Amino acid sequence: MNLEFPLDLPAAEDRPFSVTEVMEGARQLLQQLPVVWVQGEVSGFKVYGQGQWYFTLKDRAATMSCVVWAEDARRMPARPEDGMTVFARGHLTVFPKRGQLQFTVRQLIPTPEGGFHALQLERARRALERDGLLAPERKRPLPAFPACVGVVTSPEGAAWRDIVAVVARRWPACELMLIGARVQGADAPRELCQALALAARFPRLDVLIVGRGGGSAEDLQAFNDEQVARAVAASPVPTISAVGHETDVTLTDLVADVRAATPSAAAEKAVPDRRAVARQLEAVRRHLTQAAGRRVEVGGMRVRSAAARMGAAVEGRVRDAMHRADTARRGMDAACERRLHGGRALADRLGAALDALSPLRVLERGFAVPRDAAGRVLRRMAAFPAGTPFRLRVVDGEVQARVEEG
Amino acid sequence: MTGPGGLQADLERLEAIVRALEQAELALDRALALFEEGVARLRDARGHLAAAELRLTQLRESADGSLDAADLDG
Repeated sequence: MNLEFPLDLPAAEDRPFSVTEVMEGARQLLQQLPVVWVQGEVSGFKVYGQGQWYFTLKDRAATMSCVVWAEDARRMPARPEDGMTVFARGHLTVFPKRGQLQFTVRQLIPTPEGGFHALQLERARRALERDGLLAPERKRPLPAFPACVGVVTSPEGAAWRDIVAVVARRWPACELMLIGARVQGADAPRELCQALALAARFPRLDVLIVGRGGGSAEDLQAFNDEQVARAVAASPVPTISAVGHETDVTLTDLVADVRAATPSAAAEKAVPDRRAVARQLEAVRRHLTQAAGRRVEVGGMRVRSAAARMGAAVEGRVRDAMHRADTARRGMDAACERRLHGGRALADRLGAALDALSPLRVLERGFAVPRDAAGRVLRRMAAFPAGTPFRLRVVDGEVQARVEEG
Repeated sequence: MTGPGGLQADLERLEAIVRALEQAELALDRALALFEEGVARLRDARGHLAAAELRLTQLRESADGSLDAADLDG
């Protein structure tokens, strides 16, 4: 590089240069320097007049004044914020009025850590929060027995195949509906929004899964799109976000009613397990026959005591009645078994596994149980006059709550 | 067969039947009628579980803007 100061040094007898002339010479000299990339931390960011940005780029030992002219600023994806580390592309010049070195930035991109992307994400998250879309009280419980489960994902992806496999095994008594959309690339946010809008118009859906299989942070970007998140939040039916990434939480995870770590996990949350429901039905059957059996027993006892009071005159008829009652009680269990089983041994299908329909399991699905101070379950509106304190049992503990005034 | 919404209704009704049967003052005829109904409901509920293969469909919008859920090959 061969830089020449554009002004000849004045001879002693010549007039001295004006300050303006020297600074102009310096400016011309600096403009011969190549365009460079500079990495630094933004501080003192300000926007002036027509929209030009001023800030300082600094590292440990030095600082550099920077300007982004309004025309360039408008092309930038987002404003930098103080503390952000960026790569800035531009050239050095001087700001004659202050005799200051100045870096004119034409392009500004994030460094991998702490750049625009993280900033945009945080902005979107704040916007969603401001609109109340992240509020816990918005979260809806999932239906217990969905008849139609919608899935917004790529028709070619592993996510769809995984979900089909899980639902076919757990709860085949339903319809699984694909609403196809690309899940990565530039078109993904638009296609996801379209698919979500389509799903919202379809009246038969009971629950909606939105997601894709695992990928890099970049692959998952569409699920961090604010518009996609808003479309998920707008779903008329409960949603499960299933973006295959354990560590990062995406915006759709935050707005969905339920978050699942993988598409398979989402499918498990979406539908019950028919084996567990079979166990529940078996328990109901037991209660039914026991309750009915006890009731008949009570009937028999009444008949006996009536017999003692009424004496021999009616003894014959009473004996008949007693006989009928006893027979009914004995027959109850057997009749029930016969009618229900149709030759199939239920016991074969019932494992010794834990009862997946215990109250805790129900709580895990998003339901909660309100109780008063004495531990009684509050079932009706009438139990919740304004101001009433109550406790809300959720899966991992209890929340103190109070009914809002008016 | 009723839809799976019916399964929820069946389960709720079965709970109500068991609760009613546990009350001693219930007339015997009524108790037997409830028991019969309970058995029928149980049979329906089990029918749901045994039901059919999973149905796979795909939701599409046709040119006129109407929605269509076409069967999808598994």
